[in-house]
Amino acid sequence: MFEAGRFAMVRGRVLEPLMTLAVWGSALLVAGAFLWLVGDLLWHGAERLSWAFLSSSPLNAGRTGGIGPILVSTLLILGVAVAAAVPLGLATAVLLTEFLRPRSRFGRLVGLSLDVLAGVPSIVFGLFGNAFFSVFLGLGFSILSGGLTLACMVLPILIRTAEASLRAVPDDWRLGSAALGLSRTAALRHILLPAASSGLVAGLLLGIGRAMAETAALIFTSGYVDRMPSSLLDSGRALSVHIYDLSMNVAGGDGNAYASALVLIGLLILINGTALYLAEHWLNRRIIAP
Amino acid sequence: MTQTLDRHSGCSPSIDAGTYTVGPLQSGPPCCVPEPLIRVTNLSVSYGDHPALKDVTLDIYKGCITALIGPSGCGKTSFLSALNRLTDMIPGCRVEGGIRIGGQDILAPRLDVSALRREVGMIFQKPNPFPLSIRRNIEMPLREHGMKKRADLDETLERVLTDVGLWAEVKDRLDKPALALSGGQQQRLCIARALALAPSVLLTDEPCSALDPIASGIVEDMIAQLRGRYTVVIVTHNLAQAKRIANYAAFFWLRERGGTLVEFGHCRQIFEAPAHDLTAAYVSGMRG
Amino acid sequence: MIWSKHSISSPSRTDARLAGWLSVAAGLAAAVLVLIVLFLLHESWPVLKRIGWLRFFTDAAWHPSEGLFGLAPMLWATLASSAGALVLAGGLGVASALFCRFYAPPSAARPYRRMVALLAGIPSVVFGLWGLTVLVPLIARWQPPGASLLAGILILTLMILPTVALTADAALAAVPKAYLHGAAALGISRSGTILRVVLPAARSGIIAGLLLAAGRALGETMAVLMVAGNVVQTPHSLFDPVRTLTANIALEMAYATGEHRAGLFVSGLVLTGMIILLAVAALRFGGARSHV
Repeated sequence: MFEAGRFAMVRGRVLEPLMTLAVWGSALLVAGAFLWLVGDLLWHGAERLSWAFLSSSPLNAGRTGGIGPILVSTLLILGVAVAAAVPLGLATAVLLTEFLRPRSRFGRLVGLSLDVLAGVPSIVFGLFGNAFFSVFLGLGFSILSGGLTLACMVLPILIRTAEASLRAVPDDWRLGSAALGLSRTAALRHILLPAASSGLVAGLLLGIGRAMAETAALIFTSGYVDRMPSSLLDSGRALSVHIYDLSMNVAGGDGNAYASALVLIGLLILINGTALYLAEHWLNRRIIAP
Repeated sequence: MTQTLDRHSGCSPSIDAGTYTVGPLQSGPPCCVPEPLIRVTNLSVSYGDHPALKDVTLDIYKGCITALIGPSGCGKTSFLSALNRLTDMIPGCRVEGGIRIGGQDILAPRLDVSALRREVGMIFQKPNPFPLSIRRNIEMPLREHGMKKRADLDETLERVLTDVGLWAEVKDRLDKPALALSGGQQQRLCIARALALAPSVLLTDEPCSALDPIASGIVEDMIAQLRGRYTVVIVTHNLAQAKRIANYAAFFWLRERGGTLVEFGHCRQIFEAPAHDLTAAYVSGMRG
Repeated sequence: MIWSKHSISSPSRTDARLAGWLSVAAGLAAAVLVLIVLFLLHESWPVLKRIGWLRFFTDAAWHPSEGLFGLAPMLWATLASSAGALVLAGGLGVASALFCRFYAPPSAARPYRRMVALLAGIPSVVFGLWGLTVLVPLIARWQPPGASLLAGILILTLMILPTVALTADAALAAVPKAYLHGAAALGISRSGTILRVVLPAARSGIIAGLLLAAGRALGETMAVLMVAGNVVQTPHSLFDPVRTLTANIALEMAYATGEHRAGLFVSGLVLTGMIILLAVAALRFGGARSHV
């Protein structure tokens, strides 16, 4: 018995440092990989960043020159995606939170459909976008095709964040407005939507961030053309697609690929950071309001 | 002070005032008209399987302040919520029995609940001013109910804020957020907001319990002043408050089948000579 | 005072109208998934009708121009890369979460979490770019050609690591403090507490996170496309260049026509089916939303 106790103590004495080593080691490994990646990006890409880079057109298949038209195309694609997804998403979220009973069948069906949609991989969205928007609806390789495909992709995240924002608005105001004989519509217009607004915007920004990082869904819907687009039906190259093209298909394109990657990451940090700030700010307002 | 409840003062012209009116009140000190405005018969309220209120029969008299007293969980709030059909908003809530306000059956399926809630206003335990300016808190419901003219809105705003004693305190900051007001001011704003719609009944659910003693006193005095001009139903845990301001009292108690009404009568009778032993025990502080 | 519910300006009418429009919108939103499935089936139909489902798994190779539609090598590549990444990311992710909760000094935990969140936000093309220019040549120095299953696994690991770490962190946070206090009162060491009390208690949340990450790994396209080599073959060693299902679709969609194109849609269906199965499993385990 004494032996068993001593064995247990030895095991305990080996396990603790082993675990500590494993955990710290992992953490350092992850941090190291992150710093390596970011450091590498900055090292190779920072030198090419400049206003000229951001505004001029790509030259020599993108090896030199800038990403001006590409930024414009990206903006247009995102614009189309937002214009399509926001009304649909907000309307769905309002229906789910304010008008349907908690256990309604329609509500659960919509919820299930959105949950599954959230899991569909981006390449499948690319297939769908190509088959539906480009071929069936005849939009071809265009900014419109790409934007609408992205709208389908970000719909779940928009709806779920909008729902969460609306549910966070205190019921006191709903009961209060009902007790005054106001319609739900009036309550939404004057009280609920304004109160939920920072959460809604945060959700929108998250959706935009997700759309901006998207590549596979755009390759077969908005195409590769790197000229400045003149209409929504023109093909346009998004920033992420540009990075892909420069690194895979253009020998010597690495330099600009890195610079473009830095721009993309910078934009994403800005967008996601603002979303986070708004979400926290909204949470604070909730706490202050009685 | 007399007040004619004239429903056409700037409100939506589509309102049909023909079926029910509150007649002009007699001049002189406000008094209680012993004529039932609200008649409740065999009211039962349940939430899913859980019965909150069982078989309550009660009359609320016009122009009087009726206090609903009794310990927590006896269904007093459920009773109140049934009177303005706020129970519609609670999923799984079932209301059975009969409620007639001014002769109209308000549990009828084709009733316009929004019009009912204009007639029967409600003040909640926790003050809930909207996250808007003070002015918009009062004007927004008025606009939604059809009042459009600037002059009418301004007049109503000043009148109701004066009635609740807030006008002097807020007249210089009407466009500031209502949420910046103190608890007592917020509750008075909520009362003003309800009064702006010219209701005939005001339901108040423990309106002072979330307020500090000074604010509580101010709000209580304010509610007492409504006697005669409005019919007030007040749920309260504070027996002293009931004794101070109420004309009638209804005592609720929890039984196995849900909350029930034990005794109802004139305040003096309930507090000094209750007919039921349970009532006597409760009002003397020996139970509950 | 009794008013018909249907008078012109009555609020219930306004609400009913709004609810009508909102229902249309919600129906459209719900219909997107249906539309996707419909179109995938529609586009796959020509080749499915002719050769049926089974050939996609039994054919020897993937040569659509010669009528061979075997997805097996690519399925193996997908499974191998995802499994490998899951093992690595599972270990590193849970360890990261444990680090934040139990081992890190408070001044290190916050920045570490921020770093993981940043890692989560890096787009897949950027991972691919870095993998292509840094990781692949590194592996090539060890064993050419460099673009290989190993590169795919490593990049995927980095990509799904934040998912595992963040969900594991949430699962660990949900473990009642009472358990920790109880273990401490019994004199159990930190490692013992973690292994015997905390991890079992957080198990279902962690597993849900792992399933979520697995779904991400299966669906990842760009990064693996850029580093895994893109040779259609069943991998026999870590250093073999491989092509996953996702990469295959991305590469060949550009020029595929007719039955070839339909075959790609079939592989899209197979992929979606696998991921939906995982999502269902994740929902059953975690109960929370299936997407972080």
